[in-house]
Amino acid sequence: MTAIVLYGLRESLRRKMFAVVLVLTAGFLALYAWGAHAAFRDTRGFVGPDNQNLDPDVLAGAIIEGLAMFATLFLGAILAVFLTLNVIRGDAEAGLLQPLVVRPVGRARLLLARFLGAAGVAALYVLGVYAATVAIANWAGGWKPDRIVTPGLELAAAVVVVSALALAGSVFFAPIANGIGTLMVFGAGLTAGLLGEIGHAIHSQRLQHIARLAWWAFPFDALYEDALHRLTIDTTGFAEFVLTLGPFGGSRQAGTPLLTWSVAYLVLVIAAAVAAFSVRDL
Amino acid sequence: MRQIRNIHRYARAVASVLGVSGLEKRYRRVQALAGVDLTVEPGQLVGLLGPNGAGKSTLVKIACGLVRPTRGRAEVAGAPAGSLAARKALGYLAELFRFPSWMTADEVLALHQRLAHSPGGASERGELLALVGLPEARRTRVAAMSKGMQQRLGIAQAMVGSPRLLLLDEPTSALDPAGRRVVRELLEELRRRGTAVLLNSHLLSEVELVCDHVVIVDHGRVVAAGAPSELRREGGVEVETASGIRHFPDARRADVPRLVRELVAAGEDVFGVRVVTSTLEEAYLEVVD
Repeated sequence: MTAIVLYGLRESLRRKMFAVVLVLTAGFLALYAWGAHAAFRDTRGFVGPDNQNLDPDVLAGAIIEGLAMFATLFLGAILAVFLTLNVIRGDAEAGLLQPLVVRPVGRARLLLARFLGAAGVAALYVLGVYAATVAIANWAGGWKPDRIVTPGLELAAAVVVVSALALAGSVFFAPIANGIGTLMVFGAGLTAGLLGEIGHAIHSQRLQHIARLAWWAFPFDALYEDALHRLTIDTTGFAEFVLTLGPFGGSRQAGTPLLTWSVAYLVLVIAAAVAAFSVRDL
Repeated sequence: MRQIRNIHRYARAVASVLGVSGLEKRYRRVQALAGVDLTVEPGQLVGLLGPNGAGKSTLVKIACGLVRPTRGRAEVAGAPAGSLAARKALGYLAELFRFPSWMTADEVLALHQRLAHSPGGASERGELLALVGLPEARRTRVAAMSKGMQQRLGIAQAMVGSPRLLLLDEPTSALDPAGRRVVRELLEELRRRGTAVLLNSHLLSEVELVCDHVVIVDHGRVVAAGAPSELRREGGVEVETASGIRHFPDARRADVPRLVRELVAAGEDVFGVRVVTSTLEEAYLEVVD
């Protein structure tokens, strides 16, 4: 098992795509640092003497960190999808899988090991970028989230769920179809979250219902929105109200049932992938 | 009677390194295998022949657990094909395979040693690379290898852990004549070591040279099986006389003394006699549509 996990990790890290993501991430973090510095500087002038209970640094910090989390989730999801989209059918078509499958390892262990390798890299990447964005926000404006660790873990968990979906898709679909399909599911989840926000703003029960259903169908969005929620979980009053109006308004508390469901969902997706892979002719 | 025959067939299959009985495989509308019986004994080198689409690769894939049979039995070293115990006993070279381009030959073999639970270590890796004629390629990345070198590395990979059964699907397809010779010598070495080999190949001359037993498959069925010498047919006798070469198409080896006596008695000078036998290729073409 360890041999396959290490094989998966090395393969993930050696792919050109990983290097490209690292370069893009470095660019993103540099721009983020520049933007964060400007945002903190400029928003300090927004607050007049009559609005003393609105802390501009909280406002700027929460908004830019929320946007950074969206970018981190997006980059992490892209990485997760590209690391797992060809694990089964793609590798089988390329002839990479057969020499491994005939070894006395077991298909379930092989699949789990490949998942751990790819999801591990994607999760570590997300945690690293998240930590960097929090550090940059703190450097630029002296602001830090109300909760630091949990949002990062939830963001990483969201990417792990996306990895599991791409892994399961790789049992059935060719790499390109799987990549497109998984990214469309990812996009659908985020769009449903935005629809929920719109529904909340215009008091549309139907839109909110759709968003709730989408949370159960695509719990990575629930994890992401809960992570956003925890950034400013202790912020109250006018600042809290303003934050729900801005681009950072996608935050919602997921609650224990949904968070528990996310874990069960992950297990179910991987179990389905294992079941399908174990009967698949190669 | 039929039951007794089935019991005998099954008993033979269980005692062998590879035992296949009544094996069928259907891919939707395509019947890839339609009831194949086959055994490979310890140390035996069996050649699997047949036209494209005959079901050879499907048979090999079922034996190594990549494909599930629709009906019938396939056992490797007494364990059901595809089980962990069966996979521990075999090595496999796929017809179409690739190793990660970023790995070196040594890393590929080390990975497969770990997966096969082989305790051979660096000495086994060195020995295998030497056996396949790649002693200097230990640190060479797969990306820098020619197709032939990768094919040899594939054979070395299949031999990791000294398996009891080697399933080689077109092992010489990418090799030049020198590479084919290396593989032939390697197969001889495996025979000496008592490793059973099922060799799936289109190169009949190669199979004829190295295999103890040949199985010809067509349309998912075994259409001929036996030692290469059994499959070849006698095709008459040619006698070289002063007046030219005389052909006796119906004559056999046993008829040679009589033919020579008759020719000499008739005043012919006999310079040579050759018993004509068909090649494996001719025997193959006879039984395959």
